[in-house]
Amino acid sequence: MSGTSSGSSTRARDTPILECRDLSVCYAGRTSDIEAVKAFNLTVMRGEAHGLVGESGCGKSTIALATMRYLGKAGRITAGEIRFQGRDVMALGKEELRGMRGGAIAMIYQEPSAALNPSMSIGEQLIEVSMFHDDADRPQATRRALSMLDRVRLADARRIMASFPHQLSGGQQQRIVIAMALLSDPQLLLLDEPTTALDVTVEAGIVDLIRDISAEFGTSMLYISHNLGLVRETCDRITVMYSGQAVETGPVTAVFGAMRHPYTRGLFAAIPSVRTDKGTRPLMAIPGQLPSPDERPPGCLFGPRCTHFAAGRCDAGPVAMQSVHPTVPHFSRCLRVAEIDWHAPLTSDVQRTALAPGEIILRVNQLSKRYQEVSANEGLTFEVRRGEAVAIVGESGCGKSTFARILMGLTQASSGSLKLAALELSRLPVTRRDRKTIRSLQMIFQNPFDTLNPSRTIGAQIARVVRKFRVERDKARVLERVLELLDLVKLPRELAERRPSQLSGGQKQRIGLARAFAGNADIIVADEPVSALDVSVQAAIIELLLQMQRLEHTTLILISHDLSVVRYLADRIVVMYLGQIMEQGATQDVFAPPYHPYTESLLAAIPVPDPRMRKRKVLLTGEIPSASKPPPGCRFSTRCPYRLADICDKLAPPVQDFGPGHRIACHLPREQLLRMQPVFEEPT
Amino acid sequence: MKGLATAIGRRGTVATLVVLIWVPLACFVMLGPLLGAMERYVLLPATPAVVALYGMALYRWRKSWIARVGATLICFWLLIAVLVPYLPLLDPDKPIAPLALPGTVKHGVFFLLGSDLRGRDMLSRTLWGSQRILVWGITSTVAAYLVGASLGLMGGYLGGWWDEVVSFLGNVVMSFPVMVLLILILNLLGQSGFNIILAVTCSSAPLIMRIVRGLSLDAKSRGYIQAAQTRGEHPLYIMLVELLPNVRGPLIVDACLRLGYTTVAITTLTFLGLGLQPPDPDWGLMIKEAATAALLWKYSYMLIIPALSVSSLILGFNLMADGLHDLELQS
Repeated sequence: MSGTSSGSSTRARDTPILECRDLSVCYAGRTSDIEAVKAFNLTVMRGEAHGLVGESGCGKSTIALATMRYLGKAGRITAGEIRFQGRDVMALGKEELRGMRGGAIAMIYQEPSAALNPSMSIGEQLIEVSMFHDDADRPQATRRALSMLDRVRLADARRIMASFPHQLSGGQQQRIVIAMALLSDPQLLLLDEPTTALDVTVEAGIVDLIRDISAEFGTSMLYISHNLGLVRETCDRITVMYSGQAVETGPVTAVFGAMRHPYTRGLFAAIPSVRTDKGTRPLMAIPGQLPSPDERPPGCLFGPRCTHFAAGRCDAGPVAMQSVHPTVPHFSRCLRVAEIDWHAPLTSDVQRTALAPGEIILRVNQLSKRYQEVSANEGLTFEVRRGEAVAIVGESGCGKSTFARILMGLTQASSGSLKLAALELSRLPVTRRDRKTIRSLQMIFQNPFDTLNPSRTIGAQIARVVRKFRVERDKARVLERVLELLDLVKLPRELAERRPSQLSGGQKQRIGLARAFAGNADIIVADEPVSALDVSVQAAIIELLLQMQRLEHTTLILISHDLSVVRYLADRIVVMYLGQIMEQGATQDVFAPPYHPYTESLLAAIPVPDPRMRKRKVLLTGEIPSASKPPPGCRFSTRCPYRLADICDKLAPPVQDFGPGHRIACHLPREQLLRMQPVFEEPT
Repeated sequence: MKGLATAIGRRGTVATLVVLIWVPLACFVMLGPLLGAMERYVLLPATPAVVALYGMALYRWRKSWIARVGATLICFWLLIAVLVPYLPLLDPDKPIAPLALPGTVKHGVFFLLGSDLRGRDMLSRTLWGSQRILVWGITSTVAAYLVGASLGLMGGYLGGWWDEVVSFLGNVVMSFPVMVLLILILNLLGQSGFNIILAVTCSSAPLIMRIVRGLSLDAKSRGYIQAAQTRGEHPLYIMLVELLPNVRGPLIVDACLRLGYTTVAITTLTFLGLGLQPPDPDWGLMIKEAATAALLWKYSYMLIIPALSVSSLILGFNLMADGLHDLELQS
């Protein structure tokens, strides 16, 4: 975490690498200009990693693009200035600009596959960088490329040089993009959500790499992310953005230790943490939504959503940055920074007692599904009780969605059984299920933007479910039920007549919830219900889901890769890897030792925004193997840090029982599993 | 529920207007002799309908002047088509005075656009000709769409062997050059308006099927389709209610373009002497008959007038397609 400008007083060290002063950026709209960034200030010192955090639409990517003067035709800088190493970026000529882009400043985007040329080998692309930027000759450039691949910890660099982008996994591609950026020896790295498209364990590896790079190369970084935890783990300083403005900025330790802006605090309270569950601390969503740039309120932009809003003061005029601490450079754009009691605990009056799980409603036994070569599900065995929230967790390709498809009858299992009460569902397609069975199983989909039919009104879509499942048949009663459901998901009744295009992502997901609950389902399968939503909206949807689940006493099957969401929502967790169950048990058992080694690495990969938590580092090597060629023996054996030679890669692991319902499929001796240290530690 | 009512209301109005124009016009052209005394009155309700439709088009497409110009051209010809029996025109089929130049008086009759080789009034023939091309052109495009869209929906949504059979047949048909296919079918089945519909359907349906199939394949993976599947909806319901309305944007644009192609195809066919037979007033026939006369510069008006008419109609369809595409991108 060190590497800041401490201890040096030379002139060069005092000039910031990047400085934005009162920067405003406008995009030309169809009717008027849209001010995406408004009087924004930022200083990135040499060797510093600066995190830029905010929700979608707050202007954080615009900052990165403006830094490189890469705003396209519609965007332009209307006020303020950007200085790179003390030079005004706006005054640079075409040639200088070209040298700066990709040379002195390198950018790493969210989607690594889009940054690599699919028709060139990796080697060619890497060699090109050195030859172009430093006029190196070919052997020299090749040597440099090979050593850089080693430094981004890609094993077997020669093979990788010879391969094409599509032959590599997303994590490997992102490492290559980082290597490519580092080859031109940049002064500043712009990272725009570099790990958002990656799986959690892969993300942990990249984050670790980024952290090492900033220490080793001394490169300054501007790290753009929506994830507070990631920024805390990688950066020295943080700037929180809201609606085009910086609202709080300061050293990471100071800001996370004492948040001094209601928005930052709100974001923090909206994130499920690894130590909270639904019983102890309900999530608190930030009410309302981000104002669009042409509807910004006067005064404090966060005012209308702020619980500490003081009429007449907060909405009087633009709010300036206030110093929070006499010595630490920690600033907040809040007028009432000295008045608000920041130590007041974040509480909510919602009190929940645990639902007592009922009888077994769903029994899965040795369920397998093969697609030609690929074994998507193998020998799944678990049970779900009525009223329980069971989470199926795993990275992409682990087979969790295949299981959901079998359950919903969209595909059929190859072998094994899946029983809903007494009814065998594993090979019964939805078209052959009776209405009662279909009604009892409903689903919430991942992407709120295509979960609703764009050409039909909200009301008509919910009404269809109500009528289809014969909840109500009379026209007036159907409408009444639709309006009731809208009340239930806390949306205004007028929305019944609107079409989905007029709704925000969060509102759409609420409608998705209303539709899933409209038929009084017994089991609701939620496939990544919040992963596409912004943090502050996520919390509201999670709370709503919980509330509706309790109200209707519905069983919830949650499919997710996000362990902190799962920790919060689920009563029981099933951890899957490459089609098999690695571990299952009650949530608190899975989150505490003994762990399956895979669970341990999943837990260690959760970015933790809470500065009081200590996390043990567990890094996985290698990539998730292809599901068409799963490793023999234990499927996790290729990446497992505890692998026992000649056993794990040859024999299927036995299932070991650790207390009620807590089962781990692992070769490690029982004593060794029991001796495992917890991943998270909380000094009390 | 007022918004719902107006949304349904607006679509309902457009449908009613289209029916009000279409049914009389098609009756008039296809069943003319059968109508007898009715014939004089059958087109009456269509005239206000065209005007109303034009007004709606101008209002709804006020953001795109291209679409409005296209709509103006099309509505101009539509209006002519439904008004032509009531206009004070000479008989289009009666030879009066051959080779009268435009704007001259010959045999005591004033020819605004001149007369053709046989002495028939060009103005009257051109205006009457609009009826044929509009009725046969639009009807065959609609027929092609009905066949192509349903095959495409089933191929795209249901997939499996059905998709393979339909795609294979489509590829076979598409391997023929369009004009060859049209001529083959018309030669095989004989020459009539209904066979033109059949021929155009055969040649266009595979192309439409491909577009609809591609769009449905894309829409099939959407959450709302999965939601409908998991609630046990019938595939027919999913295809018609959930899928079709969401692919209609690109389809409407394509339909406008295809109307233009079909107009070209039918005009070419009649120019080649296939399809509609003389002495019916038809633009393709007029161009064919004028081909020899137009060798003399003096008489080139016989060629230019029907040619310009065809072009303006096709231009209308194409501009409307362009404009609708723009509008779709904007929203």
